[in-house]
Amino acid sequence: MMLRRGIPGLTGLLLACLSLSSCQTRPRADLVLCNGAEPQTLDPALVSGQLEGRLCSALYEGLTRRDSRGKSIPAAAKSWDISPDGKTYTFHLRPDLRWSNGDPVTSSDYRESWLRALHPNTASPYAEIFFGISNAQEFNQGKSTAESVGLQTPDPLTLRVQLTHPLPYFPSLTSFTTYLPVHQATVTKYGDRWAQPGTWVGNGPYRLLDWKINDRVSLEKNPLYHSPERIRLQRIDALAVTRASTAFNLYSSGQADLLLDKGLIPSLMLPQLRGRPDFHPGPLFATYFYRFNVTRPPFQDVRVRRAFALAIDKETIVERITRGNEPIAQSLTPRGIADYEPPEGLPSDPTTAQGLLKLAGYPEGRGFPRVSLLYNKSELNEQIAVEIQAQWKRVLGVEVELRNQEWATYLRSLDELDFDIARSSWVGDYDDPNTFLDCFVTGRGNNRTGWSDPTYDSLLNRALAEPKPTKRLQLLASAETILVSQALPIIPLYHFVGCLMFDPNQWEGLYPNLLDEHPFSEIGPKGK
Amino acid sequence: MLTFLTRRLMSSIPVVLTVLALCFLLVRIAPGSPFATERALDPKTKAYLEEKYGLSGSLPQQIIRYGSNVLHGDLGDSLKFRGRTVVEIIAQSLPRSLLLGSIAFTLALGLGIPMGAWAAARHNKTPDHWLNSIALLTLSIPTFVLAPVAVLFFSFGIPLFPPAGWGTLPQLVLPSLCLALPFVGVCARLTRSGLIETTGADFIRTARAKGVTEKTLILIHALRPAVLPLVAYAGPLAASILTGSLVIEEIFAIPGIGQFFVSGVMNRDVFLVSGVVLIYCVLLLFFNLVTDWLTAILDPRIRAQS
Amino acid sequence: MKTRLILFFLLTVLVASIAGPWLSPYDLSDLSNLRLDSPSKTHWFGTDLHGRDLLTRLLYGGRISLLVGFVGATVSLFVGVTYGLVAGYLGGRIDNAMMRLVDILYALPRIVLVIVLISLFDLKLKALLDHTWFASLAPHARLLLLFMGLGLVEWLTLARIVRAQVLSIKERPFVLSARLIGQTTPTILFRQILPQVLPTVLTYLTLALPAVILEESFLSFLGLGVQAPLASWGTLLADGTALLNPIQSPWWCVLFPALVLATTLLLLNFLGDQLRQSRK
Repeated sequence: MMLRRGIPGLTGLLLACLSLSSCQTRPRADLVLCNGAEPQTLDPALVSGQLEGRLCSALYEGLTRRDSRGKSIPAAAKSWDISPDGKTYTFHLRPDLRWSNGDPVTSSDYRESWLRALHPNTASPYAEIFFGISNAQEFNQGKSTAESVGLQTPDPLTLRVQLTHPLPYFPSLTSFTTYLPVHQATVTKYGDRWAQPGTWVGNGPYRLLDWKINDRVSLEKNPLYHSPERIRLQRIDALAVTRASTAFNLYSSGQADLLLDKGLIPSLMLPQLRGRPDFHPGPLFATYFYRFNVTRPPFQDVRVRRAFALAIDKETIVERITRGNEPIAQSLTPRGIADYEPPEGLPSDPTTAQGLLKLAGYPEGRGFPRVSLLYNKSELNEQIAVEIQAQWKRVLGVEVELRNQEWATYLRSLDELDFDIARSSWVGDYDDPNTFLDCFVTGRGNNRTGWSDPTYDSLLNRALAEPKPTKRLQLLASAETILVSQALPIIPLYHFVGCLMFDPNQWEGLYPNLLDEHPFSEIGPKGK
Repeated sequence: MLTFLTRRLMSSIPVVLTVLALCFLLVRIAPGSPFATERALDPKTKAYLEEKYGLSGSLPQQIIRYGSNVLHGDLGDSLKFRGRTVVEIIAQSLPRSLLLGSIAFTLALGLGIPMGAWAAARHNKTPDHWLNSIALLTLSIPTFVLAPVAVLFFSFGIPLFPPAGWGTLPQLVLPSLCLALPFVGVCARLTRSGLIETTGADFIRTARAKGVTEKTLILIHALRPAVLPLVAYAGPLAASILTGSLVIEEIFAIPGIGQFFVSGVMNRDVFLVSGVVLIYCVLLLFFNLVTDWLTAILDPRIRAQS
Repeated sequence: MKTRLILFFLLTVLVASIAGPWLSPYDLSDLSNLRLDSPSKTHWFGTDLHGRDLLTRLLYGGRISLLVGFVGATVSLFVGVTYGLVAGYLGGRIDNAMMRLVDILYALPRIVLVIVLISLFDLKLKALLDHTWFASLAPHARLLLLFMGLGLVEWLTLARIVRAQVLSIKERPFVLSARLIGQTTPTILFRQILPQVLPTVLTYLTLALPAVILEESFLSFLGLGVQAPLASWGTLLADGTALLNPIQSPWWCVLFPALVLATTLLLLNFLGDQLRQSRK
C-alpha cells in the first residue's frame, strides 16, 4: 500500500523540483558560446590552458592585448619606448584605469602581479614566460630577491622592464595570460579562492558574474572599464562542454551562438560543413608531431629516425582522419609568422626510407626490435596512430605496437622517457618561432626526447642575443633545419586548423587567426 | 530495532575509513602526478605543491594526515580545479546525479511493480510468459549498450529528445530511461514471484474463500508480504543505479558526480577521488540501512524478533 | 529443449568468433579508402572510419570479448568459490574478518584498482614474459593483466553467495558425519560441500560473464583496456557511439556491435534462467 501511494507522490515531487529548477534559469545571455572543458582556474598566474586564457583576457587587461585578428595592440599601456640596445622597455599606462572595485590600476600592480607569478610559491606553470626579464629566472628559482628583478616603477603610470636580451616580441608577450595583472589586496585577503564570483576583482572589459561547476561561466560588462563604449555585449555565457556532439547540438539548436574550437565540431562532419557560410576555418599556430626517444636503440640511430619519418604519408592523415583541411607539417613552426620561412623538411619518400633502414641493419624490417608508439587515449590520437602504424608496416615492414595510456600515466611516461615513439602537440604561446624551437634546447623540461645538439643550442642562443630581426630569424631557421631535416628527434605531422562556427549575418568581430585569439570585447551583433 | 541500526552504523565506520585509506593509497601509487600538465613541470615547483597540499612525506604519513582532516570534516581541495574545495564540487554535482538516480529509481519501481503484478494475475498464461521474456530482455541489455542505440533512434533517427546535456526536462528522458530499464525487468520479476508465492499462502486462500475479488486480493492482501523481496532489493538497486549513472553521465555528457570521479581518477586528483568514494560509501551504507529498516517494518516476523 | 536452443545459438556465436576471422576475406587492420561505407554486398556490416570491414572486426572482437569474459569469469570463479568456502566453513572471527575484507573491496572503485594494476605491472610483466618461453605473449601483457584484474574484482559477489550457502550446508547431517569419521577440512570442503554449491556457482557464471564483458568495455572506453588495432565488442560500440552526430550518423557502427553484444548477453541470461528453473 505504502509503495502504491508513494510512487505517484514521489514522481509529483520530482516533477515539481524540476519545474522549479527550470524556472530559475536567467534570461539568455547576449552571447552564449561553447568554451570547451570546465575551466581549471581563472587566476591568470595559474592558467595553463587556452580556454581559461580566453576567459582571462576578458576579465583582465594586460599592457597590450590581442585584437580580433590576433594582432598585438596597446591596451593598458598607451605607448612604450625602447632603448637603443633593445633591452629596456618603458611602458606608459593609461591614466583612466580602474579595478572593478574602483581602485586605480597602477604600474606597481603590474610589477607585483608579475613578481607574484614568478614567485616560487605561486607555482605558476608558465613562470618561464617571464625569463626574458633580467633576474626573473633567478628569482623564480629562489636564487635572488624580488628587488633584483628588472622591473621598476618610477611613477604610478610608468613601468620600466629590463630584459636580458633584446626581445623584439616583448610587447606582444605582455598580452599573454600569465602577464595579466591581479588585484594584490584581494589575492592576499582570500588566498587560493580569490578568483571566484563574489570575491573576484579584475580590470578587464568584463567582470565575473557567476561560475557554476561544469555548467557555465557568466561574464557581465564591466562599467568601470576604461572604454566601456567599445563593449557591445552586456552578458556572455561560456558553457563548459567537452563533447563535440553535445557542443554541436547546442549550436545547431540555437542554444549556443558560437563554437570556438575545432575540438567542439565532430570531425566526421567537417567535409559537409566546409561549404556552409557559418563555418570559418583558419590555420593555427600549433603542430601535431611524433617524438622519438633518442636515448635508446633503435631510435638512437638517426638513420632509423629518418627512415621512419620518410615512410609517413602525411597527406593521408589530414585527408582521411583530421579532415579539417589541415596543412601537413614539414617543419615544427607553422607558416604565417611575418618574415619567417620555416625549413622545407622531409618529403615522403618510401624508397629512401627502405634504403636507410637497410643501412641501419634492418633490411625490410628484419630483426627490428619490438618498439611501441605511445599516445594518450583519444579518438583522434588512436586513428592517427592506427594509420601510421599501417604505413610503417607497409613501407618498412616494421610492426610497431600501439600503446595507449590514460592522461596522467602518459605524461609520466613522457617525462621519464619511458617510450619509443610518442605523440605530442605544441601550441605556440606568442607569435615567434622561438616559442616552438626553445622546447628542444638541451635539458629543457619540454624536450622530452633526450635529444641534445650543441649546434642547435648555440644557434638559438645566438638568435636570442641578435638585435637585427632578419638575421635573428635566419639563425632560428637554420636551427629548425637541424631539428626537422637532419637530426629528427621529432616528426612533424600536421599543423592544426581552427574552426569557428557562428552566423556571419548575426555576429561580427570574429576572424580566424593564427593565435586563435577572439576577444569577447570585440564581438557584437552585426550592424548594431 | 534502534540499537540494531546503531550497531550496524558503528560497525561500518572502520570499513569506510579503510576503504578511504586504500583508495587514497591506490591513487597515490598510480604512476603520474596530479600536478603534471602537457608542459613540463619544474621538480621544485612540484615539490612545493606537494608540500602545500599535504602530499609530501611517506605514504602512511599522507594517509594519516588526510584521515585526520576527514575526521575533522575537511575533505581537502581539488588539485586540478584550483581554489575549489572537494565539498564544493560534490555539493554542486551530486544533486544532479541524485536527481537522475531518483527518477530512474522511481521509473524502475513504477514500471516494474505494475508489470510484475499484471503478470502474476495472469500466472502461467501467455501474457505472463511474454512479460517474463520482456523482463529478461531488459535486464540483459546493459545501459552501456542501450544508451547509444536509444540516442541513435530517438535523437537522430526521430529527433524526439536531445542526445546529451543537462538542464531541461527533455534532456532527462533518455538518460533516466536508459538507467532505469535494466532494473525494470528485475523489479517485475521480483514482484511477480513474490505475488505468486504469497497468493499460494494460507491467509490468501482464506481471503479468497471469504469472497474477496481477485483485484483487491492482489492489491490489498498479497502486496505487502509480496513486496518484501522487492524491498530487500531496493538497497542494491539504489546502489547499482548510483554506480550505473557513471556510465550514463559519460555517454550523455551530464555534469554529475560520476564525471568528476572519472576525470579525478584520470588526473590523480586524489582528494577529489577519495571524497567522491567517501560519499558513495556513505550513500551505499544509508541505502542498506533504510532497506533493513523497511524490511523490519513490513515483515511482522522480523518485527516480532526485535 | 529451450536450453538446447540457447546453447546452440551461443555455440554459433562462439564458433563464428573463432572461425569467422579466417573465413573473412578482410583483415582486422587492413585500411582502405572505403570509409564509413554503409552495409553492402562486399561489406555486409559496412565499414568503419578507417575503411575496415566491420563484420570482420566484430568477429575478431568476439574473440577478445568472449575470451575476456570466460577468463575473467573463471578467475573470479576460482577465487570467489575458494574464498566463500573457507569463510563459510571456518565461520566465527575468521569469517567475520574475511567478509569485512569483501565489504571493503566492494566499496573500492574498480577503475582505480585496474589503473594501478595495469600501469604498475604492464611493462614489468612484458619484460618478464620476454625472458621466458612465453615471449610471443609479451605484446599482450596488457590483455593478460586485464583478464587478471577483471577476475580479481569480479569475485566478490560469488564469495558472498557461496559463503551464505556453505553456512547452511555445513550444519547438515552428511557434513557432520564426515567430520565425525575424521575427514580433513580440505576434503570436507571440496568433496562434500563443493558439489552442493556447484549448481549455484554455474548459474552465477552466466551472470559474471556479461559483467566482465561490460567492465572490459568501460575500461577500454577510458583507455585502459584492449590496445588498437585489436578491438572488443565494447570498444567497437564505443567507437561507433563517438561517431554519432546530428547530421549523418553511421548507424551500422552503433547498431551491429550493440546487437551482437546484446544478443550474446541475452542468451547468457536466458541460459542462467533456464538453469535456475531446472534446479527448482
